[in-house]
Parts: sequence; structure tokens; C-alpha cells
Amino acid sequence: MMSAIPGIVEITYKVPQRRHPVLAFALQQPLGTAGLAVIVLMILAAVFAKWVAPHDPLTVDYSGILAPPSWNHLLGTDNFGRDVFSRIIYGSRTALAVGFLSSLIGSTLGAIIGVASAYFGGRTDMIIQRFMDIILAFPIIVLALAVVAVLGKNVVFGIDWNLIIAIGLPMVPKVARVVRSSALAVREMPYIDAARTAGFSHTRIIFRHIVPNVVAPYLIMLTAFVGQAILLEASLSFLGLGVTEPTPAWGLMLSGSAIDFYQQAPWMIVFPGLAISLAVFAFNLFGDSLRDWLDPRIKI
Amino acid sequence: MIPTLLGVAILVFLMLRVMGGDPVEVMLRGEGANVSQAVIEMERTRLGLDRPIYVQFAKWLGGMATGDFGVSMWTGHPVSQEIASRLQLSLQVAIMATILAVLISIPLGTLSALYKDTWIDNVIRLISIAGLAVPSFWLGMIIILLLLSYFHWHPPITFTPFFENPRENLSQLIWPALAVGYRYSAVATRMMRSTLLEVLQEDYIRTARAKGVFERVVVVRHALSNAMLPVVTVIGLEFAFLIGGLVVTEQVFNLNGLGKLFVQAVTRSDFTMVQALVLLVATFFIIVNFVIDLLYAWLDPRIRYR
Repeated sequence: MMSAIPGIVEITYKVPQRRHPVLAFALQQPLGTAGLAVIVLMILAAVFAKWVAPHDPLTVDYSGILAPPSWNHLLGTDNFGRDVFSRIIYGSRTALAVGFLSSLIGSTLGAIIGVASAYFGGRTDMIIQRFMDIILAFPIIVLALAVVAVLGKNVVFGIDWNLIIAIGLPMVPKVARVVRSSALAVREMPYIDAARTAGFSHTRIIFRHIVPNVVAPYLIMLTAFVGQAILLEASLSFLGLGVTEPTPAWGLMLSGSAIDFYQQAPWMIVFPGLAISLAVFAFNLFGDSLRDWLDPRIKI
Repeated sequence: MIPTLLGVAILVFLMLRVMGGDPVEVMLRGEGANVSQAVIEMERTRLGLDRPIYVQFAKWLGGMATGDFGVSMWTGHPVSQEIASRLQLSLQVAIMATILAVLISIPLGTLSALYKDTWIDNVIRLISIAGLAVPSFWLGMIIILLLLSYFHWHPPITFTPFFENPRENLSQLIWPALAVGYRYSAVATRMMRSTLLEVLQEDYIRTARAKGVFERVVVVRHALSNAMLPVVTVIGLEFAFLIGGLVVTEQVFNLNGLGKLFVQAVTRSDFTMVQALVLLVATFFIIVNFVIDLLYAWLDPRIRYR
């Protein structure tokens, strides 16, 4: 149409090609993608543990205790003759289940509190924030230990839900803070006023207009906390206050009698620790990259 | 400050009393011993656990106001005495770890920022991300393993106070300090790098360079001094949280410090001890926060004038 007017040259504008978001992430964040690859491998190993692990993680073999790494026992055996490699593979189930569940519960609770605090404001906000300050005054492991001490054990479906609460609880105030500040910015937007004027209910405004805008910080915090949750679970199990025998768990493999076999069987100590470090490292890398990609301003 | 502390006190107290285990049961029946109900009741009366919760709370709070933190329900010794005998060790490890972290993180973070996206930066970043992933208790075990196989060094059974034999004391505590300090330095290195990168983008840095200031002076005087604020915050906050790292590390190095005391108190349902320790840590955290605020005013004159 425009080119019909004489003297005006038509400018051809090429719309930049939109890459698939997953591909775009992989190209921009190679380190994060490497982390993601390790996470996917871990999930596969955990799901198909039965086929990946060469031995049963619980079979005790007194004729082959403290055997050094060999083709039969890739990472050696422990003081009960159990295969260390198989225990690490099965241990990833515990680590991932506790890691994902506790950070999902902790972050979701934190996000709900953060949004509610920002939306209702005033006195509600103040009371919630003071309460969060109280929880923040505890070091994470001290808080988790206190919760373990108070709640004890509560195993349903083979998972200790009180342990998950103990690990998830310290995350609540941190997520609540970040989500609250994002939600506060959204609350001042004209479209919220418009929704209010239109007479929509609080529920509708919160779920339709505010929540979609705080999904990014929520997801970032969630992934960042999975690694920390795995670390915390390992520490608690190491202290004998987390997962208990005979469930294979990385922290548990380092606790108790493992210390007595330092010199005879260093593989009992080296490999479970490497597994913890690698898992946490992968989640940290992925979480960091996800943050850089979605919203670099968020401080985890 | 005071309301937060009061909140912590109420929360801990209620959680323990309402939902916690029974210290008397743990102490007398823990090993499966056959103890009659009458004895349990007597012990409960002696510890004051039979009285209403608000009476117990008022008594505890009143005691604290006069500096009396109560008596451990397990050992029978005053809580303050038990804590005081272990405070020196934990505090020393914490301070040593902090010094290590500062010594490592500030140069590394600065290098990383100055040589952004070169191999130096990449190596330092990898080291610091790894520092966040490696469990400190496992690092401690590896350190012991290495010392054991190369130097035949074994963690000593008894603790030597600093003023008795400084050399012995330092050689004993440097390893746990290193195990905790690695993670600590990783956090600080990352903060140092990111804030320094931000500061180097500022206009006054360009101005300083434009007027021909030596690059060394630009970095040290103009950039570093302004990048220190968030780093100081992180170092301070992590110091307050160091007790958490010590909980597991003390176990590995067989150190009888606050962390070990805390784990023992938790497994024994020693209410008075858990309460006192949690409150101590929370107080410490709040004080550190306050000191950080003061440091801010000292480091950044703009805050003083506001």
C-alpha cells in the first residue's frame, strides 16, 4: 500500500526468528545446560535404579566386606559387604525425593505467604514480616534440627514427611521475601486497580493477575533450593537425625561407623561425598543459569 | 530487636513443650529400662514439667532476666556453665574460618572480576560454585583422610586451649576452620565478584580512568572500597550462621563445641539446653545484624547523613 506512493522505498523488515525456548537456553547457558544434563541423568538413575544398579543395595555379604573397587564392585563394598555403587544409585532416590518435595513445599508456602503479605499490606503484612524475621534468626540447620527434635518421625509412603517439613521450613521466609517484593511491584500496576474497580474478588485478582507475575522468582528459588535441600538432608542424615538405616542415603553412608574405616576403605567415604557434591553442584549451576536467564536481578 | 527475640523465645518454648518429646522418658526409659510410672512422675515434678505451660514459661523468662538460664535436664549442671565451657572452642573455629574466608575471598573475587570471562575468572568461579556444593563435613573427612595417610596426623582426643599452647591449639583447629571456611569463602568470593563488576561499570570509575589515575589506584581506592559493603554484609551474616556449619564439622573432628552440645541436646530432648542454645544463636544473629548496620554507616558516609 505504502509502496504505491512514488518516491518511498519499501523497507523489508525481517522478523527475527524465534528459537524454541529450550534451545535458546541451551545456547545461552552452556554451564546451566551441563547442570541440567547431570540432573536428568540422576533422575533416570533414580527411576531405573533397579536396572542401573548391579547389586541389591541392602544385601549383606560378610564374605566380601571392605572390598576395594573392582569390576564386580565398581566403587568397592562397605563394612557390611554392601555394594557402594548400588547404594549410591539407590541413594539418589532419597536425595531427589527429599530435595524436590521439601523445596516444592517450602517454596510454595513461601510464595503464598509472600503474595498474601504484599497484596493485603498494612497490618497483615507487618505481622507476617515480623514472623518471618523470627524464623530467619535461626541458622538453617539449627532450625531443621529443632523441627526434627520437636516433630520426630512420621513415615508415610516410605518418606519421612516431618524431615521434609524440617528441610522445607527454613526456605519459607526467604522465598516469601523475594516473592513479596516482586508482588509489591505488581500490586501498584494500573491493571490491578482496573481489576479492583471491575469488582473482582481478591481470589481472582491474586490468582489471575498477581500470581502469573511472580512465577519467575518462584521457579528460580525452587530450583536453587533443591541443591540446598539435598545438602541439608545429607547433613541431617550424617548426624543420625535424618533418613535412617537401612534406607540407602548419601549422608547416612558417611555417618556412624564409616569414620572408623578411614584407612582401610577410603572409598566408603570418598564416593558418597562426591555424589552429594555433584548433585548439589548440578542444581546450583542450573539454578544460577535459570536466574540469569529469567531475571538476573533476583538474589538467591 | 527485643520483640524478635521474645518471639524466638516463645516459639521455641511452645514448640518444645507442645509437640516435643518427653525428656524424662528419654532419660529414664531411653535404653528400654523398666522404670515405674511413679518415678517418672517424681522426676517430672522435680524438673517442673508438671506445671502449666505459662507458669513454666514465666519462670524461664524471669530466670533469664536475672541471668539464670536454668539447669540442663540431662546433666543437672547449669546451662550457662555447660555453654561457657564450650563457647571458646566454637568461637575460635568460627573466627579462624572467617579470617580464612576473608583472606581467600577478597583477592579471588577481585581477580575474578578484573579478569572477567578469561580462564582465571572461569577457574575461580568453578572453585567457588564447588564450594557451595561440597558438604563441609565430608570435606573435613577428606582432610583427615589426607592428613592421616600423608602425615599420620590424627584428630587429638583432647582440646588444647589457645593460651596454654598456641601452636598445638592452632594446628588442631586450622583443619576444621578450613573445612567450614571453604564454603564461607565461596559465598563471599561470589559476592565480591558480582559487586565489583557492578561498581566497575559506574561513571566515577570511567572518570577516574579518564583523568589518568593509575589502574591500581582505580581498583583499590575507587572500586574496592565501594564494593566492600555487600561483601561485609555477607561475611557478617555468614559468621552468624557459622554455628550451623559447626554443628556437623565438630562431629567429624571430634571437637566438643557448641554444635556437638546442640546435637546432644536435641537427641536427648534436653529442653532447657535447646532453648538456651537457640536463643543464644538468635541473639548472636540479631547482634551481628546490628553491627553490620553500624559498619555500613562507617563504610558509607552517605548513610550517616541521611
